[in-house]
Amino acid sequence: MSDAAILITPALIAEHGLKPDEYQRILDLIGREPTITELGIFSAMWNEHCSYKSSKRWLRTLPTTGNRVIYGPGENAGAVDIGDGQAVVFKMESHNHPSFIEPYQGAATGVGGILRDVFTMGARPIAALNALFFGAPDHPKTRHLVAGVVGGIGGYGNSFGVPTIGGLTSFDGRYNGNILVNAFAAGLVDSDKIFTLQAEGVGRPVVYLGSKTGRDGIHGATMASAEFGGGDSEEKRPTVQVGDPFSEKLLLEACLELMTTGAVVAIQDMGAAGLTSSAVEMGAKGNLGIRLDLDRVPVREPGMTAYEMMLSESQERMLMVLRPEKKAKAEAIFRKWALDFAIVGETTDDLRFRVIHHDTEVADLPIKELGDQAPEYDRPHIDPPLPQAIDPEKIPPPEDYGEALIQILSAPDMASRRWIWEQYDHLVQGNTIQRPGGDAGVVRLPGTRKALAFTVDVTPRYCQADPFEGGKQAVAECWRNLTAVGAEPLAITDNLNFGNPERPEIMGQFVAAIAGIDEACTTLAFPVVSGNVSLYNETNGIAIPPTPAIAGVGLLLDSSRMATLALRNEGDVLLLVGRSGSHLGRSIYLREVAGRDEGLPPPVDLNLEKITGDLIRRLITRGEIATCHDISDGGLIVALAEMALAGNIGASISSPDPEAPLGWLFGEDQARYLVSCSPGDIGAVTSAGANSKVPVTPIGSVGGDAVNCEGVLAIPLAKLRQGYENWLPDFMSRPG
Amino acid sequence: MRSAVIIFPGSNRDSDMIAALEHVGGTKPQAIWHAETELPDLDLIVLPGGFSYGDYLRTGAIAARSPVMAAVVKAAQRGTAVLGVCNGFQILCEVGLLPGILMRNATLNFICRYIHLRVETADSVFTRGYQRGEIFRCPVAHGEGNFRADDGTLASLRDEDRIAFRYVDETGAAMSEANRNGSVDNIAGILNSRRNVLGLMPHPENVIEPAQGGTGGRKLFEGLVAALELA
Repeated sequence: MSDAAILITPALIAEHGLKPDEYQRILDLIGREPTITELGIFSAMWNEHCSYKSSKRWLRTLPTTGNRVIYGPGENAGAVDIGDGQAVVFKMESHNHPSFIEPYQGAATGVGGILRDVFTMGARPIAALNALFFGAPDHPKTRHLVAGVVGGIGGYGNSFGVPTIGGLTSFDGRYNGNILVNAFAAGLVDSDKIFTLQAEGVGRPVVYLGSKTGRDGIHGATMASAEFGGGDSEEKRPTVQVGDPFSEKLLLEACLELMTTGAVVAIQDMGAAGLTSSAVEMGAKGNLGIRLDLDRVPVREPGMTAYEMMLSESQERMLMVLRPEKKAKAEAIFRKWALDFAIVGETTDDLRFRVIHHDTEVADLPIKELGDQAPEYDRPHIDPPLPQAIDPEKIPPPEDYGEALIQILSAPDMASRRWIWEQYDHLVQGNTIQRPGGDAGVVRLPGTRKALAFTVDVTPRYCQADPFEGGKQAVAECWRNLTAVGAEPLAITDNLNFGNPERPEIMGQFVAAIAGIDEACTTLAFPVVSGNVSLYNETNGIAIPPTPAIAGVGLLLDSSRMATLALRNEGDVLLLVGRSGSHLGRSIYLREVAGRDEGLPPPVDLNLEKITGDLIRRLITRGEIATCHDISDGGLIVALAEMALAGNIGASISSPDPEAPLGWLFGEDQARYLVSCSPGDIGAVTSAGANSKVPVTPIGSVGGDAVNCEGVLAIPLAKLRQGYENWLPDFMSRPG
Repeated sequence: MRSAVIIFPGSNRDSDMIAALEHVGGTKPQAIWHAETELPDLDLIVLPGGFSYGDYLRTGAIAARSPVMAAVVKAAQRGTAVLGVCNGFQILCEVGLLPGILMRNATLNFICRYIHLRVETADSVFTRGYQRGEIFRCPVAHGEGNFRADDGTLASLRDEDRIAFRYVDETGAAMSEANRNGSVDNIAGILNSRRNVLGLMPHPENVIEPAQGGTGGRKLFEGLVAALELA
């Protein structure tokens, strides 16, 4: 059916996710009724996923600059200077809705999309991570989703050849109907060879590269901007794209080779809303018009309409503006890699986005208004109500502290993630010097002494109780995890997952979390250089907990001075860096052992974080501590158990109050680390603590084959390991 | 030592292999594109790990029919040393330079982890740097590493001392828990009858320097350099 034959009805407009006032804005902008192709283009560009219309005004409040920041938000990914003329390029992005509908392909294409964002800037991907949030373990869909998502992430990243070196997996019934799949990638590039999406020059060829365009993924971005209703997920299957990591690998190599020739003026990958958003963004950013001739677009099947081609989300495609004189050279490179190469349009000086199909103009739209001047909302928001603080006196101690520790270490949120990360090739490229399972994954940079550390963090139960403190804590824990391996934290990318922003209480959570992230990033000089917002994570009116996942990057100048959490030497001394624990509100102990999800999360004193973290980094760099672990979920005793299990050696500690050690063992107070050093270094470590005015307290020593707290608990490592290592494999292989 | 690494479009441990050869041997191997039909004079040809052409069909099946492989087969028949790691092992089986086949892992999942290998023969240019019975730590990273062959083939592999490596636990016992991919007889790597072609699933090229978590793979490359530089 030709465009002219389709009547633009209010129902059709609503199906495209456009509100009546937004449609009115379209009429005012173009002075006539849009064609169906134009309606599709507006719908793709103005949906929440592409336009950030509900979140933009709040995102603008975040700190995005710093001495090392080369590119902040607005490009395909952020870029940060790491010295010696090198930069690290990174971003995190959600693929939540597709992964719920078709977990393998949804997660796989999430990885593909984020890798493209990184190599679009000229950077070769060197590390991938992910943050996964599933429903309750006993929900009937959970195992299917875990298996599919993990399989898809591995299937894509392993074949592409990027090491997946870390991540975060959490289970909570509030994700039953809306799992979260957030994929992170980082790449390495010479700082003077970074490519951007800003087109330049009139009359230059717009070139289509990569795989052919098919009918898959049409309206993926619009889907990602609406709530699910009952039964919807089956009907939405055709909107999920299918990934081909082999083509992605070819695209990577071809793009990087092409970039060395000087042919590329601007480049943008075709992600959400494919051809539409890549063309519009390159033109709008460069203050140029774009004319596309769809008859030249490589297609998988005949008979595709302009509407379908403009909205297809077929994967592994790129759009570039090239220097005309280098066209033959560029084409030869793409032919070598057996990829499609077609000139599909040109840049113009009229600031219009024109699309021609079968000699007919099917779209003629103002490019700026489509792109960077999309609608923006200040949605009503109400401050999240704070829960009552919990009286620590009223929290019952466990009948048996040892049993409580075993129970916690084998809880779904705490047990080992080995079953997951062993399905990811975390060693390819040969540069992984800290594997998954530690505080941060670390890759060395060949030809230098440097290494980069990566982690992703958020504690949804804290964010649910207090989005402001939860946002702060996510940033602080990320900063701490980088610090714990000895890295200087550089910058973050955020993936803000929330419910329906049209509900003032959800918008209130968003606004509060942003304020918390802002405060933490500002105080810790830890800017946000890229990110992604995923809203409408609700099913039948039930929203996910606020989940602002924070992925951070840190730099080690000397990779031989890296700390790990594995205890090593019999006789080493264990020291608590930071004050004694007491805070049990929203703790793992309270939830897993006492069965209560109550109270306020631990407040984060950012100045204390900074002083304590700076001390830890100094101790690691000077080689004065052998091992280090940040204290977070589960408190001191869980940190100790994780260190002992990792090193396969026991440890003994003494509580200052063996009669009432509950808060000391399980409190989740922030700004704390557990470290070990050789007995000869105790003096140096404690005096460094005194100089920084940070309490450093010897609490025990390394040795034996049990985790022991004098007079309180003594559990053999083998027994701890059983629950810790077996929960996830047992869960995934349970019959039925 | 004149060495070359064959680059298929989906190879992804090619740079790891090139780095290992350069680190141990001192010279950078040539990188040879899969579309080449002739090879220069070489002492060693390596087929690296990865997903040669995506491996959406049987792993290595398309690569075995690529232009460069005809030249690799000819060189192997002339006696040139040929090493295939992971996807390279799969290709060597598909092209007929080695017997047997690599099937889906018994767990049906991709497995990336450190395992232990026992050197079963020191009688080859690839394994002469090790002692027979030596055990070392080495990573695997594959979805299809489950080695299978018929009984006659297995018998001749054993009788002719052509099993190069077995999966073992850290004490050297070839038990089933040490053999996650389910390979028959815990076989991790085999030689051809002329002993100039080795295929193995684990990645010795990823354990060269201490920072990588071990140096167990070094002796394979040191042995090759020593043998082939004298040749």
